[in-house]
Amino acid sequence: MTKRPDQPAATARLDASVQGLIGTALDRIDGPAKVTGTARYAFEHQGDAPPLYGHIVGATIGCGRVEQVDAAAARAAPGVALVIADDPRLVSDSASGSEDALPAYTREIGYFGQPVALVLADTPEAARAAAALIRIDYTIADGRFDPPALHDAADPDPPRPLIPNRSIGDVDAAMAGAAFTVDAVYTTPHHMPAAMEPHATTAWWEGDRLTVHTSAQGLSGTQRMIAGSMGVPREQVRILSPFVGGGFGGKTGVVVEAVLAAMAARETGRRVKIALLRRQVAHLVHRRSETHQHVRLAADAEGRLTAIAQESIVSQKPGRGFIEPVAFGSLSLYAAPARRFTQALVHVDLPAASAVRAPGEAVGSFGLEIAIDELAEKLGIDPIELRRRNEPENDPMSGKPFSSRQLLACYEEGARRFGWERRSPVPAIRRDGRWWIGHGMAAAFRGNFTVESRARVTLAPDGRATVETDMTDIGTGTYTILAQVAGEMLGLPARDVAVVLGDSALPVSAGSGGSFGAGSSGSAVALACQTIVERLAERMGVEPDAMTLKDGHAIAGNRRVPLADLLGGEALSVEGHATPGAHTRSVAQASYGAHFCEVAVDAVTGEVRVRRMLGVFDCGRVLNLKTTRSQMIGGMIWGIGYALGEEGVIDARTGQFVNPDFGEYHIPVHADVPHLDVHFVGEADGWANEVGAKAAGELGIAGAGAAVANAIYNACGVRVRDMPITLDKLIAGLPEA
Amino acid sequence: MHFTINGQSFDVEPDIRTSLLDLLREHVGLTGTKKGCDHGQCGACTVLVNGRRINSCLTLAVMHQDDEVTTIEGLGTPDDLHPLQAAFVRHDGFQCGYCTPGQICSAVGMLDEAAKGWPSHVSESLDDGALTDEEIRERMSGNLCRCSAYPNIVDAIREVADGARDERRVGEEAAA
Repeated sequence: MTKRPDQPAATARLDASVQGLIGTALDRIDGPAKVTGTARYAFEHQGDAPPLYGHIVGATIGCGRVEQVDAAAARAAPGVALVIADDPRLVSDSASGSEDALPAYTREIGYFGQPVALVLADTPEAARAAAALIRIDYTIADGRFDPPALHDAADPDPPRPLIPNRSIGDVDAAMAGAAFTVDAVYTTPHHMPAAMEPHATTAWWEGDRLTVHTSAQGLSGTQRMIAGSMGVPREQVRILSPFVGGGFGGKTGVVVEAVLAAMAARETGRRVKIALLRRQVAHLVHRRSETHQHVRLAADAEGRLTAIAQESIVSQKPGRGFIEPVAFGSLSLYAAPARRFTQALVHVDLPAASAVRAPGEAVGSFGLEIAIDELAEKLGIDPIELRRRNEPENDPMSGKPFSSRQLLACYEEGARRFGWERRSPVPAIRRDGRWWIGHGMAAAFRGNFTVESRARVTLAPDGRATVETDMTDIGTGTYTILAQVAGEMLGLPARDVAVVLGDSALPVSAGSGGSFGAGSSGSAVALACQTIVERLAERMGVEPDAMTLKDGHAIAGNRRVPLADLLGGEALSVEGHATPGAHTRSVAQASYGAHFCEVAVDAVTGEVRVRRMLGVFDCGRVLNLKTTRSQMIGGMIWGIGYALGEEGVIDARTGQFVNPDFGEYHIPVHADVPHLDVHFVGEADGWANEVGAKAAGELGIAGAGAAVANAIYNACGVRVRDMPITLDKLIAGLPEA
Repeated sequence: MHFTINGQSFDVEPDIRTSLLDLLREHVGLTGTKKGCDHGQCGACTVLVNGRRINSCLTLAVMHQDDEVTTIEGLGTPDDLHPLQAAFVRHDGFQCGYCTPGQICSAVGMLDEAAKGWPSHVSESLDDGALTDEEIRERMSGNLCRCSAYPNIVDAIREVADGARDERRVGEEAAA
C-alpha cells in the first residue's frame, strides 16, 4: 500500500491500542541476543575456511605527495598473502552518502591517515607486523590544519548547504535600537562519532556476487557505493548489517575498509576481514566540524526579541559537500521579526566533516541557548519566562502552523519536577562544602522528517507475522518498535511478530539517521498492516473499522475468529510504502524539549560535577517508553560530554588528531553521569506520519550541553563560551572561596 | 597449547603476539567478547580470568595456559540468562549492545570485589561495604558506553546487587 498523506495520517488502530502494545515499555526483543554475546556484528562472520586479515596503511603526513613506496620487505614477511601498495585498486577516502563510489586512489595526500597500502595476511598479527615494514617517501606540503586561522578567507556563501543562508528583516538596525542586546562568539571543537564498534567489514565473493557484512546505518546507499566502487551492478552486491555497534552518524556513509575488503576478496578469492584500529577510526571516519558562532540577540524592555542572528563558520575538506548546519535548531525556536542564520566555510586539509549525532542542534544550541541565558540575566527575568515571551505562534521562518508544539508544557512540567523555583537568579550564591551549586536550563529542538521507506509484512498461515525491511537497528530499538507497530495493527502479542532487518535484499527503508528512522520505517510497517487488515475484514465480511484485532483473533459483531482460520492455510504478504506527502509541506514539524541541570563546581579546582539532570520532551507518539527514554538519556549524556570533555585536538603542524582514542578523547564514563529523569508530554502527531511519532534519536542532545553550561555559570559566575568547559577555563574567574 | 574457557577445553597454537581477546574471537569462535579499542581504554573486551575481571586485549593468550577464562557466553544463554543479563534487558542497560558483554562481565567481577570488601577510590572508609550508586559508577568507569546507557546499567547492577545481598542475608539468617 502506498499512501501520500495530504492530511493528518496517523492510524486510528494505533490510537485505539486494543492490543495494548504500542507505546509500552516492552523489553527489547533483540535484548537476549545482545546480553549473551550471540548477536553477531560485522567482523564476526568467520566462515568455514580461514579468512585473510587486512591492515590499512595510512599516510603519516597531513598534506603533500607520496613519491615512492617500498613494500618489498612487507611482501616477504611471514604469513603475508598480498600487499597492494600505491595502487589504483585502492581508494583514497570514505564517502558520506550521496556519492556513487568512493574517491579513487591518489598520491596527493589531503588528510592524515589517507590510505596508501593494504596488507593481507593469514593473521591480524602478521598483517600488522608486515605493514610496519612498508616505507613511504613523501614530499611534505604546508597544510591548512587550523580552521580559525583561515576564518578571514571563509567562503560566505558555500554551495549545497543543508540549510540555505537566511536573512529576514534588518538585524543590525534592531541591534542598534534595542533596549538589551547580547553580542558574543561561541565556539565548539572537532567532535568524533566514536561508536564503540570500530568500522569493520567481512567480504567474500561467490562467482560475480559479492556479500559484505559491514557496520552501516543505511544499506541502500552502502550497496550503491560499494557496487559503484567495485564496478558491478548493485544487484550483485548484498549488504548485511543486522547488528550495528553504534553509529552516531559515523556509519551513514561508506568507510574505506568496506571497499578495500571487497576489492581484496576479489583479488584473492578468499573471505577478507578488515577492522579499523581505534586510532584509524578518528582519521578515516568523518568528524563533526568545529564551529565558530557569532550570536546576536536584540530585545525590547519587556524581553521580546526583535532580532536573532547566528552566523557561523565551519570547515570541510575540499571536494566534500556536507556543511555543519549550525543554525538548524535555532531557525524556528523563538519569535523575532529580524532573523539571520548563515554558515560560512573554510577548506582544510583534515579528515572530512559530516553528520555526527544531531547535525546542527548538538552544537548550535550552545550558541543560541547560552545567549538566551545571558539575555535573561541582563533583563533580570527568569530564563523560562524569557522563552515564554518569545514563543512563536507559527513557524517564524515560513509562517506555517506547527503540526504540534508542546514546548511550553515541557518548560512547565520540567520546572515543576526539577524544583526550578528554588533556583537562585544570582550566580555564585549557593555552596555545599567546597562546591558551588548552580542550576541551568535550555530548550531542545529537532526538526522532523519523513523519508521514503518500504517494509514487507507477512501474516503466515498460523497467524504469526514477520516484518522485513533493510532498516537497521543501531541501538535505537528498531527491532522492538516495528514489532510493536505490527503487533498493535494486527492484534498480535509481541512474541508472535518476528522482525528481520539489516539485509539489502529486503525492501528499501529510510535507514537510521536524522531521527527519521522510527517514524519512516514504522509508517511503512503500519501501511502494510493496514492493507492486511482490509483483506482480513473482507474475509470477515465487514468494513475494516467494524473489525477489532486482538490476541490473534478477528472480532466483529458477535464473532471471534482465529486469524489462522481466516487465512485458510495461505499467507498474506503486503509491502508498505511510506513517503513524505503534502502534509510535510503544509505544516512545520519538529520535536521539542527542555533540559534542567544541577551542577557542582569545585571552588578551588574548578572541577565540574553534574549532580542532577532532567529532560521533558515532546516527540509525538512514544513508540516504546523504555527504548525512547534510553534514546533521551543517551542524548543528554552526549550533552554532558560536549559541555565538559569532548574535544578533538588537531596537531596544527601535521594535521593529525593528537587524541584519536578513548584514553584522550574524553567521552563520559559511568562516574560522570548521575541518575537522569526523563518525561514525555507529547501526543501522537498525525501530521508527522502514519505512526504519529516525531524525531527522537537526536532530540535529547539538542540543548543538553547548554543547560550544563548555564548551570555552571549559575553556580560560580564564570561564563564560558568556548566548549568544552574544562577547569582551566573556570579557575581564573572563580570567586574568592 | 591448552585453554579452559567457560569450562570447555580448547587446544590452540596461537601466535605469541595473539591477545587473549583475539584468541577468543578469531581462534575459538567466541565472538561475544568485543574489541572496541584494543588499548585497554574502553572495557568492551572485559572477561573473567580465574574469577577476576581483565581487559582481554591487554593480555597475551600464551600467558593463560592454566587459567579458567569465563566470557559472556559462559554466563548464560538467551534461554537461560544470568541474573545480570536478565537485569540488563529489564532495565535497558544497553542500546547497540557492543559494550554490553564487557559491562556484564565487568559487573560480575566488580560485585565479587565489593563482596570481598575491596575499597574503591570513592569509598568513605575501609569498613563500610555499602555498594552505593556512587560506588557502582566508580567501579564500572572502566567500561565505556557511547550509547550512554549508564543510568540504566547502574539500575540493573544495583538490582542484582541488592538481590544478592538479600539472598545472603536470608542465607545467614537460615544458618543462624
